[in-house]
Amino acid sequence: MPNDVAYTLTFNDISPEEHSLVGGKCASLCEMTQAGVKVPPGFAVTTHAFSAMLDQSGLGLEIAHMLSGIDAGDVDSVDRASQAIRIHFCSHRMPASVESAIRTAYQAMGDNVPVAVRSSATAEDLPDASFAGQQDTYLWVVGADDVVEKVRDCWASMFSTRALTYREKNGIANEQVLMAVGVQKMVNARSAGVAMTLDPRTGDRTRVVIDASWGLGEMVVSGVVTPDNFSIDKVLGKIIDRRISDKHVELVPDTARGETVEREVDTARRTSPSLSDDEVFAIVSLARLLEKQKRCPQDIEWAIDADLPSGENLLALQSRPETVWSKKAPSDARKYTTGTLGIVGALTQHINK
Amino acid sequence: MTQHKSVFPNPFDIKAPSGAEDWQEMYPYYLLFQPHQRREDEQKFWFCNNQHWPVPLRPFDTMMLEYSEKTLGQYNTRHLLIPPANGIECKVINGYVYHAMVPVAPQDIEPRIPQFLDRAGYYFANWTKLLENWETKVRNAIALMEAIELEALPEVVPVEWVKEGRGHDNASVLMENFDRILKVFHDIWQYHFEFLNLGYAAYVDFFGFVKDQFPQIPDQSIAKMVQGVDSILFRPDDELKKLAKLAVELGIASALKGNDAEGILAAVAREPKGKTWLDAWTAALDPWFNMSTGSGLLSTDKRWRDDLNIPLDYIRNYVERVQAGDEIMRPIEALVVERDRITGEYRDFLDADMQAVFDAKLGLARVVFPYVEDHNFFIEHWSMGVFWRKMRALSRILMKAGFWPDEEGMFFVKRTELREIIWDYCNAWAVGIPVVGDGIWPAVVEKRRKMIDALSRETPAPALNNPPEEITEPFTIMLWGVTTEAVAKWAGAQDGSETGLSGMAASPGVAEGVARVLRDPSQLKELLPGEILVAPVTAPSWAPVFGKIAAAVTDIGGIMSHAAIVCREYGLPAVTGTGFASGRIKTGMRLRVDGNAGTVTVLD
Repeated sequence: MPNDVAYTLTFNDISPEEHSLVGGKCASLCEMTQAGVKVPPGFAVTTHAFSAMLDQSGLGLEIAHMLSGIDAGDVDSVDRASQAIRIHFCSHRMPASVESAIRTAYQAMGDNVPVAVRSSATAEDLPDASFAGQQDTYLWVVGADDVVEKVRDCWASMFSTRALTYREKNGIANEQVLMAVGVQKMVNARSAGVAMTLDPRTGDRTRVVIDASWGLGEMVVSGVVTPDNFSIDKVLGKIIDRRISDKHVELVPDTARGETVEREVDTARRTSPSLSDDEVFAIVSLARLLEKQKRCPQDIEWAIDADLPSGENLLALQSRPETVWSKKAPSDARKYTTGTLGIVGALTQHINK
Repeated sequence: MTQHKSVFPNPFDIKAPSGAEDWQEMYPYYLLFQPHQRREDEQKFWFCNNQHWPVPLRPFDTMMLEYSEKTLGQYNTRHLLIPPANGIECKVINGYVYHAMVPVAPQDIEPRIPQFLDRAGYYFANWTKLLENWETKVRNAIALMEAIELEALPEVVPVEWVKEGRGHDNASVLMENFDRILKVFHDIWQYHFEFLNLGYAAYVDFFGFVKDQFPQIPDQSIAKMVQGVDSILFRPDDELKKLAKLAVELGIASALKGNDAEGILAAVAREPKGKTWLDAWTAALDPWFNMSTGSGLLSTDKRWRDDLNIPLDYIRNYVERVQAGDEIMRPIEALVVERDRITGEYRDFLDADMQAVFDAKLGLARVVFPYVEDHNFFIEHWSMGVFWRKMRALSRILMKAGFWPDEEGMFFVKRTELREIIWDYCNAWAVGIPVVGDGIWPAVVEKRRKMIDALSRETPAPALNNPPEEITEPFTIMLWGVTTEAVAKWAGAQDGSETGLSGMAASPGVAEGVARVLRDPSQLKELLPGEILVAPVTAPSWAPVFGKIAAAVTDIGGIMSHAAIVCREYGLPAVTGTGFASGRIKTGMRLRVDGNAGTVTVLD
């Protein structure tokens, strides 16, 4: 392997120039990391690795050949080519230098750490909104052998029927598209939930509102448990409201089985806060950082990881722009008068209502 | 006639407590509920103002209520024409003061606006200049009052007066001087309200705007943006701190021990560097030690100057903290930085157009609001300090003439009665006969003293009649914390359905500790470090104790009340305007004070 070609890059040492090598999803993760937002640790398998796979085994030429015969209007022909490409991908060994780079990067994360392996498409490919979920994601992958295999499977998923059809329709040449893959630690959430950088009931931007419960965040998002609720004043940095609920169930990872299981929460924990005050404030800092970075109110999924040391265990899983209040027209400054007239307004306000 | 029961007691149904059946004789007729105005008075909502009048009014002290009622009213109604608000009507029941807001009839509001814009607008536009003029007026009035001596009548008219052909006597000078003091004092009361409600109005305007933008912003954040960090009101406390530091520096701290001010000051004088300290002490006396331990409005309020053990006690406290290595001076720079940070962060949430509105309203509020804090020192503490000293001098003269047995006696007669007593004194002197009143007033004073004692054992109803559906009058809310929610809670307490205590979330934070209920500033010494102060109301001169307590709870007071302001400075939780915390909580109870939610929980 030439020295200047990196097959893997960890999230916290990807430079902006290298964003094109790691795809949209990984680039966003490393942007967050570099802004000081902690995300589940991991690394990207770069497009160089993908290119090496295509180049070194002649696979690229085979694929080009298989794609040359398809007719975008004929779903069957696309399907057939897609199947064939996937089979070819699996029958080729990964270049040794790529494989060893992936193994090294994985082992650096710890001993047999369960990870998620996800495709991370480059800018030329399908925009985020339309490709979400179309390329493969593999959860609870454990061990270097499996990681290598799933990276290859991700690459192959670039040639799924829908991906091929999309490119064909939008005039994107398949040769232009390169695939990166993200390998990220599965979160072992002690507590998790959502945070919004405004109060969803009033649209008040001076608040951060947090819903939190034990275990993974799905229970909060799906509404199976009534979460603990915290409302924090951003400027004063004080918890203004705190409602601790009875959280009867939690979703936790079963590492051995490689899946999550729902279980009853023991009596003592049910009604105790799922976050300490320090953790609440850590989430507020995280939320404010993301809001500032993305320049609009955010809706954030977060988790407190049980495997990481206290103080470093808060992880951001996802951050999206808040949509409900952000769409409302801002109130008009012209409705306010200032000076003495403003005071007349203030004094007589209730009378005019 | 059958009547629907009102939420709060009907003023005409309230009985006098036993031992105070004749309480009405202590107050002028216009402050009493009168049968011929019953129909109108029953329609009004009255709330008890035990913030300014925490104990049953002594007859003479009622003068302060009368002056404040009249002078507040005149500015709203006749000088500035505040569009929706005339004055605040006052009544006394069982010695406690009740207020009813006097609204302007809806059809009269609009026509008042142009006049308000012209008059109030001029004040806002020329605030700094007018305020300088104000301070000059007040200082002159204080100097004038200070210069007037009320003197006992001599054996004979001075011979020079006779030979100069003056033609008048010492009695006429005494009567004239008494009238002059009252006249100057009436002026001072007018000055008190000249700027006050304008200051509050600008605050209310900014407050409403910010609440509109950020519906959930804590009131205390708005207060922090507006509030001055270098109010003159902090100066007396700063003087104490400086004296404490100086005592440590000069190595004379040990001389400050003891309970006898005179002895202590003599001990300091014997120290090698004692003179340096005594010079600083003397320089601080006037005007800073005019601080009152109460609201300043009452004859019972003690003033540092008049009881030097009070400031010495505070100084000793600060000395201990200095010796323990605490930084006791207020961190002015840090407070400014914090204020700017908070302001900047809220402003950043707004778009450019809205920022312009924010800047304009905050700008005005910051120009005018310092008056709201500063006036308190000039009027309630300094002017009133001088006034009460003059009145005590008069009381001692009349005491010697036999009208009452001690210096407190005069405060149990009405202002109008005092005029007759002075005449009796002067006339008896002129004619060469004994005064008549020495056989009358001692008994009256004694009877009234007992009545006041009986009245003070009663807890006043927080309000009278029925509250309006919604309290919207901005001054009521801002100054007294009388909100729709607060009134609903008082009503709950009336029928016993309310079990917890809640009030205004006045200063953030949560604290647990042992309660110390203080009804009188003389009890301040009892406070132990880490206790939670529970009081009907606190006054600026209590500032020194805030360094020791864990939290504060008051019966009365809004977000701009003294306890709220000081607690925010010290970073202590405070819940104000609870209505009856000091009545319900007992010293020794363990409490949890949540200054974010505005709740007080008794833990055991």
